[in-house]
Amino acid sequence: MEFLAPTTWQDALAAKAEYPDAVPVAGGTDVMVGINSGRLRPSALLDLGRVTDLTDWGLDGGYLRLGAAVPYRRIIEELKDKAPGLGMAARTVGSPQIRNRGTIGGNLGTGSPAGDCHPPLLVCDAVIELASVRGVRRIPVTEFFLGPKRTAVAPDELIAAVLVPPADGPQQFAKVGTRNAMVIAVCSFALALTPERGWVRAAIGSAGPVPTRAYTAEQFLTEALQQDGFASRSGRGDVALPESVVRRFGELVAAAASPIDDVRGTAAYRRHALSVLAQRTLRWAWESYRGRGDRCT
Amino acid sequence: MHLNCVVNGEPRQVDNVWPGESLLYTLRERMGLPGSKNACEQGECGSCTVYLDEVPVCACLVPAGQAQGRRVRTVEGLAEATQLDPVQRAFLEAGAVQCGFCTPGLIITVHDLLRRNPRPTDEDIREALAGNLCRCTGYEKILDAVRLAAAESEVR
Repeated sequence: MEFLAPTTWQDALAAKAEYPDAVPVAGGTDVMVGINSGRLRPSALLDLGRVTDLTDWGLDGGYLRLGAAVPYRRIIEELKDKAPGLGMAARTVGSPQIRNRGTIGGNLGTGSPAGDCHPPLLVCDAVIELASVRGVRRIPVTEFFLGPKRTAVAPDELIAAVLVPPADGPQQFAKVGTRNAMVIAVCSFALALTPERGWVRAAIGSAGPVPTRAYTAEQFLTEALQQDGFASRSGRGDVALPESVVRRFGELVAAAASPIDDVRGTAAYRRHALSVLAQRTLRWAWESYRGRGDRCT
Repeated sequence: MHLNCVVNGEPRQVDNVWPGESLLYTLRERMGLPGSKNACEQGECGSCTVYLDEVPVCACLVPAGQAQGRRVRTVEGLAEATQLDPVQRAFLEAGAVQCGFCTPGLIITVHDLLRRNPRPTDEDIREALAGNLCRCTGYEKILDAVRLAAAESEVR
């Protein structure tokens, strides 16, 4: 095994071109678990920890641009207002030690169906920037996940950045696990509302081979909000969402999942829990929309 | 491969480091620093917690090569001469140690918590310690120790 330690992004891309089997490592919180157990023996580790281009975030056009090696801790501390759904999800990852090291790029690159950042990235229409010596390409996050632990990253590519539109409405994230820390999600759910633009985004994690949008549920809720005039500025105010709408939204989210039975839970439990999470997060998001932020964080 | 880093204030060099080796292995097996404990090797238990450039991390999940040129501080580096750190004293005083295996990791985690947040609420403490497992104490004495360390640092 070789240890490649480039200090510039160009050198990192050149190394990945030369060693396409090299496993990129930033925080190490997934890669080292595999190496310690003997399950993972790559020909080389490609350390991205010294490539400073990857470790910062800033504005890029209309997007927040997060370098792939930005750790969860900074997302929680610095981006919880600009990307609240992502901030909430980052806070549920592992433990403080894991959040100090684990990165958003690593969460994507691992491609686990249970990655905590995936549903919030799906609901905010994030874009993933991939780079290689051949050039740079940007793909919608909906096209990033191909299957369990399979992603759209080509063998000679590295994840450069995640581009996130700043939130323009309430966002929520919720996750089910056996405790609040150190759990892989049994299932998870993210929601983004932008009632003034008439749309709803909902995404499911850890209940299918890839994290996925719940399109039918989104469409149902969007239409319900529009039909009943909730979405207009004058229609807001004191209006609570009808329970029938909330319940139906939950049912449609559950129906959009394709869970399996495994050690963390049964398919039936996951569907039930998703319906509960969808209803709960919708109530929270709607309250914060009406009250402009009471339950936003 | 070679590794040069500063550990507990001293420049160290070790040779023949395997590229997949964890910082924890290097500390324990090559540098003679067995204070950081090796238990789960997957970041679950926190008993290997050390400072890397003053940020608490699970040493079992840091490839040793990533420590090149950086500063590591382990539980062995907290006491000054014979004077224990206040967090170490509080753990002794509160009886927060049974088998002792989780203690070094907890000491580092609590040390970091109190640096960032000198007056933590019980909720703050629980969230900060969520990555350190203790299988003996039921945590009550550990929580007592954190409150004691916080109170004593306030007095000083």
